[in-house]
Amino acid sequence: MRMTQGCFSFLPDLTDEQIAAQVQYCLDKGWAVNIEFTDDPHPRNTYWEMWGLPMFDLRDAAGIMKELADCRRVYGDRYVRISGFDSSHGWESVRISFIVNRPREEPGFRLDRQESVGRNIRYSTHAYAATRPEGERYADQ
Amino acid sequence: MTQTQEQIRETPLETVDLRHEFADLGIGAVLDQLDSELIGLKPVKTRIREIASLLLVERIRQKMALATTFPTLHMSFTGNPGTGKTTVALRMAGILHRLGFVRRGHVISVTRDDLVGQYIGHTAPKTKEILKKAMGGVLFIDEAYYLYRPENERDYGQEAIEILLQVMEQQREDLVVILAGYGDRMEKFFQSNPGFRSRIAHHIDFPDYSDAELLWIAELMLQQQNYRFSPEAREAFIRYIAARKVQPLFSNARSIRNALDRIRLRQANRIVAKLDRTLSADDVMSIEAGDVLASRVFTKGAGAAGEGR
Ligand SMILES: Nc1ncnc2c1ncn2[C@@H]1O[C@H](COP(=O)(O)OP(=O)(O)OP(=O)(O)O)[C@@H](O)[C@H]1O
Ligand SMILES: [Mg+2]
Repeated sequence: MRMTQGCFSFLPDLTDEQIAAQVQYCLDKGWAVNIEFTDDPHPRNTYWEMWGLPMFDLRDAAGIMKELADCRRVYGDRYVRISGFDSSHGWESVRISFIVNRPREEPGFRLDRQESVGRNIRYSTHAYAATRPEGERYADQ
Repeated sequence: MTQTQEQIRETPLETVDLRHEFADLGIGAVLDQLDSELIGLKPVKTRIREIASLLLVERIRQKMALATTFPTLHMSFTGNPGTGKTTVALRMAGILHRLGFVRRGHVISVTRDDLVGQYIGHTAPKTKEILKKAMGGVLFIDEAYYLYRPENERDYGQEAIEILLQVMEQQREDLVVILAGYGDRMEKFFQSNPGFRSRIAHHIDFPDYSDAELLWIAELMLQQQNYRFSPEAREAFIRYIAARKVQPLFSNARSIRNALDRIRLRQANRIVAKLDRTLSADDVMSIEAGDVLASRVFTKGAGAAGEGR
């Protein structure tokens, strides 16, 4: 099941040219650009790891595309996303975030229903990939 | 559908209107500005015009689908201190930007300390950080020969050099590198680093300025700051140039700029010394002979130390 998170995720995967154009947009706006990766696809997973430091004071997307290529070389079997952080007063938050790399096979999620008091039902989503230890989740691809 | 659109876009042009192309890019204006704002530097200006023409033709060839590879644009600027290398590098970035050979046209100016780290594992991230900043523009490396320290075989400069060489080769479309430094030392640097020499397409040598050119530069600088020499002060400054030139640490136009800064200081002192009067614009713009002649350059003989006061 194809994971959808952040901007553009209902579109076909962005090409590198399209990614570079988005990154350039972020830089032109003065946002700090980050590359993050994870192998836990849960939508509430906020603990993505950073590839290097946030990148700011850059003029051109080429340097970030180079970092992305390096990140893919190491973590090509995981999810990688790019985000743009706006530090200006009043915003101080992530303005854009989109996926730029995903595992070749995405086994998707199991939905657990737990019957609780009354007729209430509690739902939880469980990523099949997450049953395996971190770092080995998509390793055999 | 997109296929046909792409085909249309990629159809090579058969003819190009040269004048139109030239005017469209506005490089004429940049070159004229270079001529009028920089005194002297004849060989440099000629070389830059040549490079601009080459790139203009290259651009047209690309439009006609004739060019096969992206041209190598890395350059080396050699010349004595204060001969305008940094100034010209900034202009060069503008020209390359207008011609479309760099995407943004900014200049990141660095020296060894910005690229080379202090301990193992420090250099690569430092160099890469600078390269990322320079992407889309020009990376200007002043006194490039300090990157290479043959006397210390474990010097981290070598690591920076290797990263630079790789990027200069593989990301020619993303970044233009300009190396600058004094002629003889650059020559030695290239001898021990043939990788650099082979990646550099244009070597430009900056000559020293003549006395007359230095005077012009002084007058241009004063004019830009709304000052002017009185006739006697001008005469005095001609003598100042002759005296300063033979003293140590003379650095061409920069020495002129420094001298003018001190002259303005003395002028201000002279004016403020007499408080009981009204001043005209002429009074505060005018540099008098005394402001120039008070320089220590006149009292020291040739061979005395430093940037004289
Ligand atoms: N031809 C010129 N006309 C007018 N001003 C000039 C000219 N050449 C240099 N200058 C001025 O002289 C100063 C020094 O020039 P610049 O910094 O470009 O020299 P440089 O060759 O880079 O020196 P260094 O080797 O010491 O770094 C600058 O302020 C610049 O504006
Ligand atoms: Mg300089």
